[in-house]
Amino acid sequence: MSSVATPTPAPRPRRRRRTKLQRRQTRLAWLLLIPALAVVAFVAIYPLAKTVYQSFTNQEFLAGITPTKWVGLDNYSLIWHDPAWKHAVILTLKFSVITVSFEFVLGLIIALVVNSSFKGRGVMRAVMLVPWAIPTVVAAQMWKWMLDDTFGVVNDLGVRAHVLSHSHAWISDPSTSLGAVAAVDIWKTTPFVALLLLAGLQVIPTDLYEAADVDGASKLQQFWRITLPLLKPAILVTLIFRTLDALRVFDVFYVFFGNRLDTQTMAIYIQSTIIGDGHVGLGAAASVFMFLIIALFVVIYVTFMRVNEE
Amino acid sequence: MKHRRLLVLAGAIGAIALVASLSVAAASSNRPARTHQAAAIAAPKVPNAAAIKKKYGGQKITFVGDSVGNGHVRDLALAKRFTKDTGIKVSVTPHPAASDAAYSQLARAFSSKSSSIDVAMIDVVWPGAFAPYLVDLKPKLGKQSKLHAAGIVQNDTIGGKLVAMPWFGDYGILYYRTDLLKKYGYKAPPTTWSDLFKMAKKIQDGEQKSNPNFAGFVFQGNSYEGLTCNALEWIASAGGGHMIDNGKATINNTKAATILDAIRAQVGKTTPRGVTSYQEDQTEHAFDSGDAAFARNWPYQYGIGATAGSKVKGKFSVTTLPHGAAGKPVGTVGGWQLAVSKYSKHKDATIEFVRYMTSPAVEKFDAITNSNVPTIPSVAKDKAVVKTNPYLKPAIASVARVTRPAKFLKTHYNEASKVIYQGINQILNGTPAKNVLPGVQSKLNQILKQK
Repeated sequence: MSSVATPTPAPRPRRRRRTKLQRRQTRLAWLLLIPALAVVAFVAIYPLAKTVYQSFTNQEFLAGITPTKWVGLDNYSLIWHDPAWKHAVILTLKFSVITVSFEFVLGLIIALVVNSSFKGRGVMRAVMLVPWAIPTVVAAQMWKWMLDDTFGVVNDLGVRAHVLSHSHAWISDPSTSLGAVAAVDIWKTTPFVALLLLAGLQVIPTDLYEAADVDGASKLQQFWRITLPLLKPAILVTLIFRTLDALRVFDVFYVFFGNRLDTQTMAIYIQSTIIGDGHVGLGAAASVFMFLIIALFVVIYVTFMRVNEE
Repeated sequence: MKHRRLLVLAGAIGAIALVASLSVAAASSNRPARTHQAAAIAAPKVPNAAAIKKKYGGQKITFVGDSVGNGHVRDLALAKRFTKDTGIKVSVTPHPAASDAAYSQLARAFSSKSSSIDVAMIDVVWPGAFAPYLVDLKPKLGKQSKLHAAGIVQNDTIGGKLVAMPWFGDYGILYYRTDLLKKYGYKAPPTTWSDLFKMAKKIQDGEQKSNPNFAGFVFQGNSYEGLTCNALEWIASAGGGHMIDNGKATINNTKAATILDAIRAQVGKTTPRGVTSYQEDQTEHAFDSGDAAFARNWPYQYGIGATAGSKVKGKFSVTTLPHGAAGKPVGTVGGWQLAVSKYSKHKDATIEFVRYMTSPAVEKFDAITNSNVPTIPSVAKDKAVVKTNPYLKPAIASVARVTRPAKFLKTHYNEASKVIYQGINQILNGTPAKNVLPGVQSKLNQILKQK
């Protein structure tokens, strides 16, 4: 009885406090948001939901094979126990760690250099973008020829300069293939990293450095105490961009190795499962795994960023 | 001022990138184009052209055609002639050079019910997978199909429907340099794999003194459909079965492992180390540039090697592939068919194009200009054809043909072939066969159970 007697006034006044105008404004806000939400739903949520749905079915790519039916978690268990998938995940992670760390360090050095003032800085800033401006497939094909063991220019120069004892099949030999493909990705993407970091460097006020000079801080101290802390937001954005890109890598690997087993990345595994083998359901399950792996990285980065803000 | 300079720079960089892209694209398309012969002989005229023109003139169709060797040049010449005679406009798009990539392209188009492809060339192992998407050609081309070899027509007939027309055939043959064999004291080409490796080693050791790029033997070792074809020849010619026999995977046997390990031992010794990424074009290029003593390839390479621009013109010949200790020489059956898409908006005009392309006159033209194997037996026996294509001589053409296990796998062929070529490629890249074959065998058996 007491519960009935006890009034629960808390929410009511709050609701009452909303004026007509406020309500109208809220409605208008939702109305204006609808187009954007519809676009997001159409291009992001719908495909994602469909992929998740397909991952529970045995759907095939081509017609007339088997009628599509619900198979529960079968696809997930098949992918989970497939050594080729495990290999693809490990390879992709290795590739991401190698390329992102090299690109970050090299990109930071380049950004610091082109941020300082010297003659021809404008030219330098533009020229460094050339690798980034070449389409990936074209750049990869170029490098594939340059790294070839019979007519490749890299081997030719290496042997002439006595750096190499004999021509090496950088791409075919499993012991060097990951290094070769990582090198090409680093060559291509470092300019992009440098550009993002340069943008971050340019918003750091110069008077901080002037003050540090007055206080007698060395250049190295200035870098660790001023540049790096103030660059942190730009660094995080760069790392998120690059890590997500590296985890989804497809083109360089596909041009370099085609369907080779030991060089399958997650994206190539999925493409070859869906389109080559025709198993849409199985490929969808792998896509969901890949989505979760990438989501995990995003969560880690975003948490790190928040902690940092506080 | 500053902005303007930046803009100019950005433009310059764009231009550099564009030039780089274009030069790569040009390099890739220029390499195999030695077109002297194709241009020398005119494409045959279209029979009954006036009637076709009256009915279908002005329609536009798209043909997804060849990209290997001079295939695209031939397709363009024939399409041009067809358009001139019938008024049906044919746009020719070359498909990806790796057959499994071409499969993926068509699978994507068919599954999305795309009408952008009217007619496509399909591999001898695909009719089973694509049959639901293809037009039955029997009503209109049934009579013409009787001219073609019965075995291929049977391969292209699925559930009583003729889903594709035989276009040209293929089987693996051995190319060898007659001048180098003579120079190093050999009277005849090798008949066994171990002979081949010995001869390749001796010739390579001698030739590398003047040409460091020289290799004894080249073949298709990339992880793609062509490697399944090469490996089938190695295994079958060593008495190791046909990968799948009587519906069961048999690839994991000692004879197969022995020959695969023997080939692996040659990678980087008598073959370039990079052979594990070679496809047909790289093989042809190495041999026709004078950088190889032996090559395994399809007959199309003969025509390119025999043209005026080739460095090996008059210096090479062909024979059957070698065999292993316990086997006999074999050649993997390849070959291409023309199929009409169910989603085509101009089926009748397209069928007329197929009728022309698979006619005896065009097959003869293709055999003489491009050294492709005619699927019409009477054309294959034609004197002019045999003269330009010595591999059609009975001694070579009668080699035992081995077929890829498509009939056991049907719609799962592409998936199974991937398991095979990925496994073989792993072996060639350095893993002993005994570590790879059991896994390949069990995966194949899993796929066979899916049906």
